Amino acid sequence: MKKLILFTIVMMFFLIACGGGSKEDEFDHIKYGFGPITKVDIGPIDQALVEKGKKIFEIKCTACHKIETRYVAPKLGGITKRRAPEYIMNMILNPAEMIQKHPETKKLLAEYSVPMTFQNVTKDDARAILEYFRTCEDK
Amino acid sequence: MKRLSNTKMWLAALSIIALVVIISACSKSGRNRGMVESDAAGKVYIAPGTYDEFYCFMSGGFSGQVSVYGLPSGRLFKVISVYSQNPENGYGYTEETKPMLMTSHGFIPWDDAHHPELSQTNGVPDGRWIFINGNNTPRIARIDLKTFETAEIIEIPNTGGNHASAFTTPNTEYVVAATRFSVPYPQSDVPIAEYKKYFKGALSYIKVDQGSGKMSVAFQIIVPGFNYDLAHSGRGPSNGWSFFTCYNSEQATTLLEVNASKNDKDFIAAVNWKKAEEAVAAGKFKTIPANYFHNIYNEETQSATSEKLRSVKVIDPKDVPGLIYYLPTPKSPHGVDVDPTGEYIACGGKLAAMIPVHSFSKMLKAIENKQFDGEAEGIPILKYDAVIAGEVKDCGLGPLHTEFDGQGYGYTSAFISSEIVKWKIGTWQVVDRIPSYYSIGHLMIPGGDCAKPWGKYVVALNKITKDRYLPTGPEMCQSAQLIDISGDKMKLLLDFPTIGEPHYAQAIPAELLMKNSQKIFPIEQNKHPYAAKGEKEAKVVREGNNVHVYMTMTRSHFIPDNIEGVKVGDNVYIHTTNLEQDWDVPHGFAILGAEFSELLVMPGQTRTLVWKPKEVGVYPFYCTDFCSALHQEMSGYIRVSNTNVPISYNGSK
Repeated sequence: MKKLILFTIVMMFFLIACGGGSKEDEFDHIKYGFGPITKVDIGPIDQALVEKGKKIFEIKCTACHKIETRYVAPKLGGITKRRAPEYIMNMILNPAEMIQKHPETKKLLAEYSVPMTFQNVTKDDARAILEYFRTCEDK
Repeated sequence: MKRLSNTKMWLAALSIIALVVIISACSKSGRNRGMVESDAAGKVYIAPGTYDEFYCFMSGGFSGQVSVYGLPSGRLFKVISVYSQNPENGYGYTEETKPMLMTSHGFIPWDDAHHPELSQTNGVPDGRWIFINGNNTPRIARIDLKTFETAEIIEIPNTGGNHASAFTTPNTEYVVAATRFSVPYPQSDVPIAEYKKYFKGALSYIKVDQGSGKMSVAFQIIVPGFNYDLAHSGRGPSNGWSFFTCYNSEQATTLLEVNASKNDKDFIAAVNWKKAEEAVAAGKFKTIPANYFHNIYNEETQSATSEKLRSVKVIDPKDVPGLIYYLPTPKSPHGVDVDPTGEYIACGGKLAAMIPVHSFSKMLKAIENKQFDGEAEGIPILKYDAVIAGEVKDCGLGPLHTEFDGQGYGYTSAFISSEIVKWKIGTWQVVDRIPSYYSIGHLMIPGGDCAKPWGKYVVALNKITKDRYLPTGPEMCQSAQLIDISGDKMKLLLDFPTIGEPHYAQAIPAELLMKNSQKIFPIEQNKHPYAAKGEKEAKVVREGNNVHVYMTMTRSHFIPDNIEGVKVGDNVYIHTTNLEQDWDVPHGFAILGAEFSELLVMPGQTRTLVWKPKEVGVYPFYCTDFCSALHQEMSGYIRVSNTNVPISYNGSK
């Protein structure tokens, strides 16, 4: 009887552990990054959103990032070709965790030495910045 | 070998015995450390990464500032710049903050800050603002508790030493101010010997706008020329009244320590401020010329402005019967402290050997029955026996100030006998006492002067430090002590050092403040006229002899960081905007030869330094606040020429 109880407890433990794990595994963090964004709907370019994103980018991001050149931080022209939209938005909204957990982000920190920080933007702001980046694919 | 070991063993044993004897001998001959309970450490220990239960705001005394401590740990978190320039962050040096220190006497970089008071709603601290008086150049400051920064300073006219201040009414309708030193009213060139003829006191009521917090001098009440010392407002049944202690009813002008200590009793002035409000509304006042400054910090432009004010409304008590009564109170009273219910008014009869406690309901009856004992310049003096509720005897020597625990007890500091006495409201019996080290002035229970105290601790604010800490030469830090009052017996838990001379303090549960604490200034809301919101806006502009540098800061560079075209004799205004939007990433700015403090610029903020180069050369500047692994690289140059070199600079790429 005692053995049975023990067995049950052990099995329950595995069940919980496996259950949690398998749910986690469904999400491709390498592709999409870590953070609040799991899916972004991309449609035709929304010009109003591009303008909004450009404005925010110029105030809050250009001290480190340029579109056409490497600066304090990586060049962002063509970023939408290199990274998934979800990854880009997570990097904007959740840089601290990205730097801790994502292998690519870790490499960038080692290369540039200055950790990217959250610049007090909303999800909508980040989406607008992403839209602006979509217009910079060939820069 | 074995013999040697034995010898060693004996030597060791002897050493231990010697050590024990030395320790016990020393502790017998040594100073008294106070009875500290064995579990005291656990009660004040805040594990790394966890938070204190209370914020405690201590007046900085002659430092002119307010310091913020955690309780129970006694850890210093911040010094809020209020009345004194602060080279650590540029307060009072920068163009944005210099107007905060303007007065009718000019720019004054210092004051003596005594009594902080939290704003209240329904008689309980609400965490919106904290007020503090400037004693020497009479002023009241309002500190915003979202940013922990000084938001406003108003000068108090016709006042000489704003000591009885900045105490609030139960819904922060007013904070009060009163003159410690009566002065000629209005100020004029008169012989000091004619004090009684010319000198008057002024009790000022400063209206607080409930939305913005903005202060204005609503009215002053002209009273006999005594020394008005401390104040508190009534609550509950006594709401609408405030109480001021006064000493020197002798009206002495010289050697006050003898000449102002002759009368057996001085007074508590009980002021019906609701009646004063009605009088003002009914036009029973005079508007007289005055000269005082009102300085406000605008959060949007991140800059302060000064306004000169030229008149004040004055009420003469003769025109408003029933406005003020004097309650005879022994002897040169200091504190005047209303208990949580609002019925009792405990007075620190500094030179009396007891604590007189007046009854508000008896006071009303005495007024109704006209139980008067003469008058002072037309103000009725009530009969002592008709207003006194009880006298706390055996209260120690030099009772100064009382706070309450909300459990039916008062705690009074006794300066001369260096102790806190705990006494029961109603029986007026002393039930406990504990020594302080040394010479306690004020004391503070979190919420201990409000309707609902958080009666867990009392903090002793001691005037003398002497041997409590490692000696640091003749000048020592100030000393506070934390005492547990959760049980029947007071228990000493902790000594901790404080800055300036804390005259009084206030504390509030951390949970009421921390949720509102601002972390950054959103850059999009920055309306500073010289802000550079993004590197694109960085530029250098010459306007005659003035050169304006719109400079951005981020980790870890300035834009621009190479500037040429500045000439000897120019006024170079360096406007730095910190583009960071991340909590706790300030940047600093300093340039070689600047007769200025550094700038410390919070995320999203703009701050301006004025530099007047005197000689040609190339001057380096750099970030003074370590900001990243590349902080050392955060630097630049300004070239200063004698000839006309055109302005040039490197902008953003």
